[in-house]
Amino acid sequence: MPDQLIYAMEVFLNGLMAGVLYALVALGFVLIYKASGIFNYAQGVMALFAALTLVGIMEGQVPFSHLINAMFGTEIHHFGWHLPALVSILLTMAVMVLLAWAVNKLIFNHLVNQEPIILFMATIGLAYFMEGFGDIMWGADIKKLDVGLPQGINTAIDETTYGWFGYGFFIDNLDIVATVIAAILVIALVIFSQYTKQGRAMRAVADDHQAALSVGISLNFIWVMVWSLAGFVALVAGIMWGTKSGVQFSLSLIALKALPVLMLGGFTSIPGAIVGGLLIGVGEKLFEFSVGPLIGGATENWFAYVLALLFLVFRPQGLFGEKIIERV
Amino acid sequence: MLDASDEGYVTEDGRRIGGVLMEMKNITLRFGGVKAITDISFDIREGEIRAIIGPNGAGKSSMLNVISGFYVPQEGEVWYKGAKRPPMKPYQVAQLGIARTFQNIALFEGMTVLDNVMTGRLNYMKTNMFQQALWKGKAEAEEVENREFVEKIIDFLEIQSIRKTPVARLPYGLKKRVELARALAAEPSLLLLDEPMAGMNVEEKEDMSRFILDVNDEFGTTIALIEHDMGVVMDLSDRVVVMDYGKKIGDGTPDDIRSNQAVIDAYLGVAHD
Repeated sequence: MPDQLIYAMEVFLNGLMAGVLYALVALGFVLIYKASGIFNYAQGVMALFAALTLVGIMEGQVPFSHLINAMFGTEIHHFGWHLPALVSILLTMAVMVLLAWAVNKLIFNHLVNQEPIILFMATIGLAYFMEGFGDIMWGADIKKLDVGLPQGINTAIDETTYGWFGYGFFIDNLDIVATVIAAILVIALVIFSQYTKQGRAMRAVADDHQAALSVGISLNFIWVMVWSLAGFVALVAGIMWGTKSGVQFSLSLIALKALPVLMLGGFTSIPGAIVGGLLIGVGEKLFEFSVGPLIGGATENWFAYVLALLFLVFRPQGLFGEKIIERV
Repeated sequence: MLDASDEGYVTEDGRRIGGVLMEMKNITLRFGGVKAITDISFDIREGEIRAIIGPNGAGKSSMLNVISGFYVPQEGEVWYKGAKRPPMKPYQVAQLGIARTFQNIALFEGMTVLDNVMTGRLNYMKTNMFQQALWKGKAEAEEVENREFVEKIIDFLEIQSIRKTPVARLPYGLKKRVELARALAAEPSLLLLDEPMAGMNVEEKEDMSRFILDVNDEFGTTIALIEHDMGVVMDLSDRVVVMDYGKKIGDGTPDDIRSNQAVIDAYLGVAHD
């Protein structure tokens, strides 16, 4: 087998893995958009905030310690404990639920029946608030996150492929774990929305508010639930990205990469978010590999957006977006 | 007419009408400076078909929205099943067993007819979401039971052939029927119909009238409906409230209403001098 093809296969696989992470962020967008029609610009910051909180809780960091120290001249930074990863994840989830409740209570309950653009603006405000709030609460330094996920080259794959092609593929264990977790998450979400009472209520709310009210569904409950779910997805994404490249504020920018994913997959489709993520991941890696060297590289910065642009022109509802049914 | 304390009456066609199920006491509803409803009182008895009629803009829909909790009146009390109902959100009212349809149809357009009607059963699902997700024992039995009930309603309203069709594809008349099916699926104590015949042709109107009568007869459902087509209402209902400019101008049996001078004036117009 020619070397080029073998390299391309490795690039393809790595692209798939990178795509999983894009898909995870996009998934959070889809959940909220489906249920409330809000395009949540803060989804990326939510992932950052979740990761920050997780590290903070795990390491026993005192929240707002800089603020407290500056005001009272104290020197406290740590509670002095280290919590097990699982406990910290559960506690962080509780914080995300609380956040979901607060966001609904303090922001969106006051914006009922407003134009989508107003709601979108509100989420931009929320994003910047949470970025600053996360900074004050946990500090702006880059933090290491280690919840015990395996990392580094997968030797089994390396050796097997070496046996086959005489060239070992470099696949990161963390990427494999992320893929498995994302797959479980998506299956769980699909089962939840298709078969449970709360999931059906969620789809009902997404479809028509008035009708949902008339069959006895509390809009508030569903919205808090959906934001909590999005918070959970953000936490998972935050853990993956944080483990990979450290918890840092540039994490919030991955939200921007989720945009082209959504244009491809459609804003309303959970499977669409996954396929869109994988396509972007694979597409940008393969493009960089094949065309990149000819035009000076760095194509990963713009490839996804150009692809999204093409989709906007030729298939605006995305690959999996709901068909626009209209009786004429 | 009838005293609120009595035990009901028997209609000419032999249906038994029970005691008072819902009573509106001196309801006044304002939007800013505009009075939509002024000091209106009436009751709805168990098992009866009660109509609220009036010309356009008379405040009929506002009244229905007060009953179903979409509007909260500034003055007056709503009594339901013998107790005063505190101000409530629409979804809480629905959970009390008051189902409704809408004048401009509120269906889940992206779902099939069957899924739409199933949403009417959401409040009857008591197993927890893990059981439902795993489709285990009780959850499965519950789903089957609810599904059977829904199929019964679908048969009853003769919409079997469109069970799997997405609602957005249906013509107007059928959508109205699906909406009725969803409301019925909730086994309501009180069914509110907001202009069930609006925008229908004669044949569709006849169908809908028949369904309303059958529902009342078969399930004993109490029905309150709004309509401005006077002819239809007179044939359907046991008692009628007539509204005009937000005030009650008549209340009684269809025969009483036909001979009520204020009602005739409101409908035919009268010269004010």
